[in-house]
Amino acid sequence: MNTGMSRRSDLVRSTAADLAAAMVAGDVSAEDVTRAHLERIEAVDGAIHAFLHVDADGALAAARRVDERRADGEPLGPLAGVPVAVKDVMATAGLPTTCGSKILEGWVPPYDATVVRRLREAGCVILGKTNMDEFAMGSSTEFSAFGPTRNPWDTDRIPGGSGGGSSAAVAAFEAPLAVGTDTGGSIRQPAAVTGTVGVKPTYGGVSRYGLVALASSLDQAGPCARTLLDAAMLHEAIGGYDPMDSTSLDTPVGDLVVAARNRDVSGLKVGIVRELGGEGYQPGVEARFDDAVELLAKAGAEIVEVSCPHFRYALAAYYLILPSEASSNLAKFDAMRFGLRVTPQDGDVTAERVMAATRAAGFGDEVKRRIILGTYALSSGYYDAYYGSAQKVRTLVQQDFAAAFGQADVLVSPTAPTTAFRLGEKLDDPMAMYLNDIATIPANLAGVPGLSLPSGLAEEDGLPAGFQVLAPAQADALLYRVGGALEALLADRWGGPILDRAQELEVPA
Amino acid sequence: MSDISSDDVAYLARLARIDLDDAERERLTGQLGGILDAVATVQEVAGPDVPATSHPMPLTNVFRVDEVRPGLTSQQALAGAPAAEQDRFRVPRILDME
Repeated sequence: MNTGMSRRSDLVRSTAADLAAAMVAGDVSAEDVTRAHLERIEAVDGAIHAFLHVDADGALAAARRVDERRADGEPLGPLAGVPVAVKDVMATAGLPTTCGSKILEGWVPPYDATVVRRLREAGCVILGKTNMDEFAMGSSTEFSAFGPTRNPWDTDRIPGGSGGGSSAAVAAFEAPLAVGTDTGGSIRQPAAVTGTVGVKPTYGGVSRYGLVALASSLDQAGPCARTLLDAAMLHEAIGGYDPMDSTSLDTPVGDLVVAARNRDVSGLKVGIVRELGGEGYQPGVEARFDDAVELLAKAGAEIVEVSCPHFRYALAAYYLILPSEASSNLAKFDAMRFGLRVTPQDGDVTAERVMAATRAAGFGDEVKRRIILGTYALSSGYYDAYYGSAQKVRTLVQQDFAAAFGQADVLVSPTAPTTAFRLGEKLDDPMAMYLNDIATIPANLAGVPGLSLPSGLAEEDGLPAGFQVLAPAQADALLYRVGGALEALLADRWGGPILDRAQELEVPA
Repeated sequence: MSDISSDDVAYLARLARIDLDDAERERLTGQLGGILDAVATVQEVAGPDVPATSHPMPLTNVFRVDEVRPGLTSQQALAGAPAAEQDRFRVPRILDME
């Protein structure tokens, strides 16, 4: 362990694995680690706005408990004492949970999501709740009712979405780890545009219990981190069977940490998906992708090209299935049991009119747009043409994956077609915003796992680009094996982690 | 352009229980038309021979043992309610007068 570890600036730039090791060695206490991160949040979050709620007292108390337990010689998990930021879509007992929406402003859940409970049991220190597009609908966090999060690489740009708060918190060294949810790319695309690592596990690999549902057949929680090893440690901590989620997979998470450290890709067949590139993809993003593929080839991977012809219909299918499921899931916001209640100013005060007035005031534009779109897709007369057809495309996308995984062990593509765009640039053009998820959506439709890691900086704007790896269902360990190998090869080329090249955020003296 | 009209949007908003003002309705009508044109492409490949999939993983039904386990207290369940009375959710009138 380096001797400078006790310096607070070093603590916040450390990986979760190094922090955990330093705490085990007794070089630093969990309380010191937590304090350093709370000070960093205090210093930079005014500019970044990654957090909707910071729980300084709760975090320090949790850190002190870990220190006491360690002093008592209790056996602790590998992440004990490591701080983590939690996306505001996850229920946290005693901490506000808003999903970035006015309709849930001030709501404090009476229970923990399984992911949150497992974080607490692992001894992780919850720093607070991170910003997101309202109900996870968006690719920029600009649809948060509480204002956007900014990209630490350039604060005029978006940090991705919907989990832009979690990715920005990790990229700005406000937290070494964060948890997010990925329904169409909300972990992977923010990771890509902030130069961080994000993993969407196999559907059912991490419990959905206590996550405010967006689209139940697509939603999956997963880790956000700065390294593959850290992501693997967090994934192992939150993953695994949960009887409280009837879609939870009753199979082991796998040896993800071992896979992240393996770094051997020789003989592995890596398939480039022909349809996830070309038109619409920024040249600098494609150039970094090509570099990364070349590195994998030099390390002994066999590169093949595969075709997934129905992926071009995946975005359309997604924007029918998601709004349909969301329109049903969000019906629970009826002004009766939790959240906002707005009473109409005039006329009859019936439950129906209260509900309509509350949802008018409590939901933002994008949420209204998607609920109404979903209501249309599910309405009689249109159901077969829209929702029914989208479900058939889902089958075709799954068949494309099955065929592609017959030719390659993993599939690769750029994570997002562009680097981070400017705030406001796509706000009034829903279809342009939706296109950000074009490469990430197929995995959600098929339930297969995917990860994004930094591939380098695009030449034209100097901003990070993402490299996506996709594996067959329940082969999450393969993601970490390929990702870990590529991360090491790229770090050798760059002479250090990519975030060393991000601007220094101004820290008030 | 999709043939979704302003009246259609008003009807859908009523079904979805969201009050829309006139400006919102007009803006949404244009946007939804554009989105529907884009997503209608699913119909190009959704032939009658293609089975529909509703879920990503092949799952069988899940049963659990029918036994009592701890749940929320009524106080916890009511803690976030807009209004509560006599240990119950207090809600506006549900039925119309007629």
